[in-house]
Amino acid sequence: MDLQTWLPLLLGLAWLLPLASFAIVSIGGSLPQIQGHHASYRSQKIAGVVASAACGASFLLSLLAMAIWLTNHPLGAEHPGGHPGTAHAPPHYSGDFYSLASFGDLHLAIGYYIDTLTVTMFCMVTLIATCVHVYSWGYMHEELADVVDNEVATRDGKALHRPGRYHRFFQYLSLFTFSMLGVVIAGNLAMVFVFWELVGICSYFLIGFYIERPSATNAANKAFIVNRVGDFGMLIGLMTLWSSLGTLHFDQIFPQLAEPASAGGLSYPLLVVAGIGLFCGCIGKSAQFPLHTWLPDAMEGPTPVSALVHSATMVAAGVYLVGRCYPIFVPEVLLVIAVVGAITLAMAATIAITAVDIKRVLAYSTISQLGYMMLSLGLGGWVAGLFHLITHAFFKSLLFLCSGSVIHAVHTNDLREMGGLRKKMPWTAYTMLVGCLAIIGAGVPAWGIGFSGFFSKDAILEQAWSFAGANPAPVYGLLLWVPVAGAMLTALYMFRLWYLTFAGEPRNADRYAHAHESPLSMIAPLVLLATLAVSIGWVWPFSELSVTSLLEQARPAGTQETVQGEWLSSLTIPDEHLSHAPEIQVPAGWTTFSAAMGGLLLATMTYLWKWLRAEEIRQSFRPIHSFLWNQWWFDELYDWTLVKPTLWLSRFFASIDHWLIDPLVHGITHVSRLVARLLDSLLDRRAIDGSLHTLADQTWNTGLSLRQLQSGSLRQYVLFLVAGTLGLFAVASLYWKFAVAG
Amino acid sequence: MNFLLANLLSEPVGVAHYMVVGAVLFTCGIVCMATKRNALGVLMGVELVLNGANINLIAMGSPYLQGENATLGLDGQLMALFVIVLAAAEAAVLLAITLNFYNSAGSVDIDQADQLRG
Repeated sequence: MDLQTWLPLLLGLAWLLPLASFAIVSIGGSLPQIQGHHASYRSQKIAGVVASAACGASFLLSLLAMAIWLTNHPLGAEHPGGHPGTAHAPPHYSGDFYSLASFGDLHLAIGYYIDTLTVTMFCMVTLIATCVHVYSWGYMHEELADVVDNEVATRDGKALHRPGRYHRFFQYLSLFTFSMLGVVIAGNLAMVFVFWELVGICSYFLIGFYIERPSATNAANKAFIVNRVGDFGMLIGLMTLWSSLGTLHFDQIFPQLAEPASAGGLSYPLLVVAGIGLFCGCIGKSAQFPLHTWLPDAMEGPTPVSALVHSATMVAAGVYLVGRCYPIFVPEVLLVIAVVGAITLAMAATIAITAVDIKRVLAYSTISQLGYMMLSLGLGGWVAGLFHLITHAFFKSLLFLCSGSVIHAVHTNDLREMGGLRKKMPWTAYTMLVGCLAIIGAGVPAWGIGFSGFFSKDAILEQAWSFAGANPAPVYGLLLWVPVAGAMLTALYMFRLWYLTFAGEPRNADRYAHAHESPLSMIAPLVLLATLAVSIGWVWPFSELSVTSLLEQARPAGTQETVQGEWLSSLTIPDEHLSHAPEIQVPAGWTTFSAAMGGLLLATMTYLWKWLRAEEIRQSFRPIHSFLWNQWWFDELYDWTLVKPTLWLSRFFASIDHWLIDPLVHGITHVSRLVARLLDSLLDRRAIDGSLHTLADQTWNTGLSLRQLQSGSLRQYVLFLVAGTLGLFAVASLYWKFAVAG
Repeated sequence: MNFLLANLLSEPVGVAHYMVVGAVLFTCGIVCMATKRNALGVLMGVELVLNGANINLIAMGSPYLQGENATLGLDGQLMALFVIVLAAAEAAVLLAITLNFYNSAGSVDIDQADQLRG
């Protein structure tokens, strides 16, 4: 079978099916509105089914592509980068679907670059998207009829009534799935950038889905604007690459990068600029420090959106791009990535401990886990980072969908209003427990079995251990101990979340009384995702098939060796395979295990057994608590350093407008009006109107005087006749006498 | 005026004498039209004016007065006959107008017929 033909065809179809569903749903939803009424219940239902079917079909096509790939490239048979010093590209297929334009050297095309990373990401994205679509049938069912939004007050103080937007939701979900798959399949960085922005705009639409709520529109704007900051850096990176390499195609960039600068490769400073630039885009999209503030606010969107867009796929796109462009990054840039990742994971984990909004806890947890991935990639753990991306996508979408199920049942996000819900909604509670165990990396290091997070997080920690071993400087040691502490914090905040929600006694009896288990369309995706959250890290029985071996096959050329920094000569990025050595694996595994168990124990003691009183801890660490409660004051910091000055500047320019430009324009207007009035009175009224009026008056007077002749008396007329005749006769005679006869 | 009348009286009767009669008749008709307030009187003045003109036409066209070769044959008489016919028609029209006027105004005083006054 010809893979060069079949893989682009299958994945291209899988990529375009959601676009087709977007077109069908948006046209079908708009047609009734043109006629002046809203989409019917039935047609909205159909929209949901169409979108979900398209996603499901994409998933099947991706699975087929995966099967075809595996039959042609057996795992473990090829180790492309396996020989140190040689730079063989991993097996991949690239080309252009459609050429858009050529400007000189710049060739813009809709292309594809397919390796196992692409295929794996396709399967993951389409599977989670399908689950979320199905879940949304149940979660969004209120949107099928007219909605009363209690969070929005109209002008007369009542709650807002509006038509449902069920089909609109699926329309955006489809567009998002298409865009996300576009990022994954893209064959060149220009196309990545286009779809990068497309997922951004979809995220904007979906965060602002409840557009009548001011908080939702603000959050959508914030997400969009903050991402622009990162994309600015990304554009710089793209331009650096293009201006020095003359191409943005992956399959042309990577071989050139391996060459020295004299032979057409990039010089070292340019590589640093390109790497940092690209990473700036990833900071924005993956909500890394310092651009992470948009993600917690993005939780204003419906919960399925948080599950799909803001935890599993879109925010992982930044990590994916770092992984995809890995050969571009030199050791110094990798160090920057690792440091940013470490800061992010620690910061977000601490904030998550104090948050009381169930979705915000998960949002900060997402930021923290993305920090883990970045850290891992930065430390040289390419497979570990992307492996964590895949496992995290499953357990975090599971956790979000569970939280959605809870919110659906109790109609609040506030953890303080929940408690004891496991009796009311056992399916949700225990699938969420599975998700929590997966995210903290529960497993037994001695036996090597555990939840999916156990494998991926261990891989990251092993790489960090290996890095710390290769770089003895104590500063670099922080990059090991921060993630270890993060593992403990992860266990602490995740189980705090679970205990507060499901364990103990109900804290709000009213909400507890109305709570109920969610419908089957919501439970089924939870169960499926829970199964995967447990098992996605495992090796397929009696084969070598596992996510790690799949990713191993896509390992970029040149990463299979230990590299030294050129500027920071003490910096060593160790070969990832070195981290599999038992002298690293065993202590790293046990350290992670004990850290996670410590966090779990702390959470259990505090929130389940109540040996420690959370209230007292809060009191005794009041300054720290308020620091964390206010999310490290980042929003206030940005507000004071960026937003407020911008507003002041805008106001300053507005006042220039108001006090300088406006009076000038108004003055000119006044002068023009005066001149016009002058001209009007002098020229128009006096000269032109005057002469016309005089003429009219004269004509009128002449008419009046001539009127006297018409006396109406017949006898007078007879006299006039006679006099006239005589007069004519006299004139004729005189004329005859003097003029003619001479 | 003296010499004119003298000549006329001393000469044999010719075209000039007829023209004087025609002129007198014409003038009488004009004066009658200009002075009479009765519509029928005005009608009579019109007839006089027409007949004054007729006398001129007949005198000019008469072979007795002008000689055989100086006239244009029966043209003068023919035109006079034409005028007589027209006068009859005109009299009929005028009488009809008068009758209508009388029906509307209750009188035949033409000084009351001044609706066309400016």
